[in-house]
Amino acid sequence: MSTINQPTAPLRLAVPELLVGIGLLACAGAVAWQTLAIPVSPLYSKVGPTVFPYLTMVGLVVLSLLLILAAFRGGWQPEEEKETPTDWKAMGFVVIGLVANLLLIRLLGFTAASVIMFVLVCYGFGSRHTLRDALTGLVLALAAYFGFARALGVNIGAGFIENQLNTAIDAIAGALGA
Amino acid sequence: MNTLEQLAHGFSVAFTPINLLWCLLGTTLGTAIGVLPGLGPALTIALLLPITYQVAPEASFILFAGIYYGAMYGGSTTSILLNTPGESATIVTALEGNKMARSGRGGAALATSAIGSFVAGTIGTLGVAFLAPVVVKFALAFGPAEYFSLMVLAFITVSAVLGSSSVRGLASLFAGFVIGMIGVDLQTGQPRFTFGTTELLDGVDVIIAAVGLFAVGETLYMASRRYAGKDEIVPLKGSLYMTAAEWGRSWKAWLRGAAIGFPIGAMPAGGAEIPTFLSYAIEKKLSKHKEEFGTVGAIEGVAGPEAANNASAAGVLVPMLTLGLPTSATAAIMLSAFQSYGINPGPLLLTTQANLVWGLIASLFIANVILVILNLPLIGLWVRLLKIPAPQLYAGILVFATVGTYGISQSPIDLVILYLLGAAGFLMRRFDFPTAPVIIGMILGPLAETQFRRAMTISNGDWSVFYKHPLSLTLLTLAFIGLVGPHIWAFIEHRRRRGPEHVPGDA
Repeated sequence: MSTINQPTAPLRLAVPELLVGIGLLACAGAVAWQTLAIPVSPLYSKVGPTVFPYLTMVGLVVLSLLLILAAFRGGWQPEEEKETPTDWKAMGFVVIGLVANLLLIRLLGFTAASVIMFVLVCYGFGSRHTLRDALTGLVLALAAYFGFARALGVNIGAGFIENQLNTAIDAIAGALGA
Repeated sequence: MNTLEQLAHGFSVAFTPINLLWCLLGTTLGTAIGVLPGLGPALTIALLLPITYQVAPEASFILFAGIYYGAMYGGSTTSILLNTPGESATIVTALEGNKMARSGRGGAALATSAIGSFVAGTIGTLGVAFLAPVVVKFALAFGPAEYFSLMVLAFITVSAVLGSSSVRGLASLFAGFVIGMIGVDLQTGQPRFTFGTTELLDGVDVIIAAVGLFAVGETLYMASRRYAGKDEIVPLKGSLYMTAAEWGRSWKAWLRGAAIGFPIGAMPAGGAEIPTFLSYAIEKKLSKHKEEFGTVGAIEGVAGPEAANNASAAGVLVPMLTLGLPTSATAAIMLSAFQSYGINPGPLLLTTQANLVWGLIASLFIANVILVILNLPLIGLWVRLLKIPAPQLYAGILVFATVGTYGISQSPIDLVILYLLGAAGFLMRRFDFPTAPVIIGMILGPLAETQFRRAMTISNGDWSVFYKHPLSLTLLTLAFIGLVGPHIWAFIEHRRRRGPEHVPGDA
């Protein structure tokens, strides 16, 4: 479709786009597998819980085939996007930060895990003031914990830092109350 | 009661001190996130959804509406001074606005966009107040089959008609359907798409989907593109007061923009891109200063699209409030806020929740007044916000993403889903898939399924119910034209243009 307007452009197979199309086809496969796993009660034989999943699966198959076709005709990614090299190192640090957060949030609590993630993401984005970033991250995480989460009544995992501060706040509140 | 009485009642709800505070908080927060690149109203409202467990519906919707309107005002500041549209709806504003800022007329550009937003936002909100009861009368005649067909039409317009490719838009929409179907089927109690896990029985929370796609995906994308050129902030120059000539060139563009934006926003198609581009094209055609377009920046090219943008943002509220039909990611998340209160937006909303709806509409008028004050005299504050460096900004966004996600049930599984959706969001940005249809599909998909099954149950499994009802048939036909029409038109155009090349002797 996108190639209609540029008949002179060489029609080369675009590998990244092909992989995207195949990935979507794999998703359609997963949808089919999970739809078959839905137990259907005979009471709902007319429009049971599987009708929409099947329709969605058919849609996904058709769309992924169209994407694969587009990939064979040269792909669709904008030139500007293709020409910009991916900064794998920056992305890597962001991913490491996210994974660290996931692994540490239970162990250390929200604030400590957030500070570690904050520092790693800042480093990935090119900041070299690690200590300053750690302090910024600490202030922000505490603000998020005590302001945002408490105001919204959301309970986020407390760790060592939060418990100490909560104890301190309760002590101060108790002293003021008494 | 007529509309004016209802509206007066709405003002009595909105003018309570506490609701005014919510409105002020929402508009301030909305302007801030509109200014900051990487944050949008959909993400912000999603992060704030837990507030629906804490406060009355009026309060949270006044807050959300303030954020929604505020982000439109804030987004234009970023477009004008940074040339990086803070919001997709303000892409057009960047075209002329940034040129104006570079030629030292940034003040006038900001002024015309803020005042234009105010004028068009007020017209648009009036439009909501007067059009909503009319649509309700019409919508009361809708049965499940009509609702389903209307949703199909909305699906097609938000994914296939808008945006650069109908295939990619629909792929996003269908991915949203899949996410929306995860969990227990409400009608039969059967688990679907849970891969045998208990964690997925409750489905994927809309907060996780929005935060994953918009916050994590965006951060990964921005990290991957650090080699791409950076835009510089143009220092704010020029008086914020417009000259008489600038007023003269602006006011007609505001009115035209509002006249284009509101009807398109109010249609079950939504989207601010079409009205803003349309307004830009019209202003360029009508302008007496065509030489300024694309060179030093023409004020009409800022005034018109900004007005169109805000009027269409108001228009989107009409199908949302009267039909329960969200046509933007932000509206879809607002719909899930309604669901969280156990309220179903639809034709009955205006009567059963009169306090809420009219209080909300009245608060939108107040929000517009607050916003024009926030965005003109206090503009310096927002310009300073633009100077937050990217590393700390994106790291901070991820901290808030964690709060929003982990806070739902303190489950690391939620973080895993968040990161998976973030990876998907990154790939979608990278390969030019729109993300809004995912959110719309995930929220509207299950509602469409409910209407579909209801219609099929009533008709005893007879599919003809969808094409034997004239209204339903009309809606489906429109959807079909929306899907196929542009391709046929492009094909004809292609044939027509290629035709003369083949005339012998022409070479």
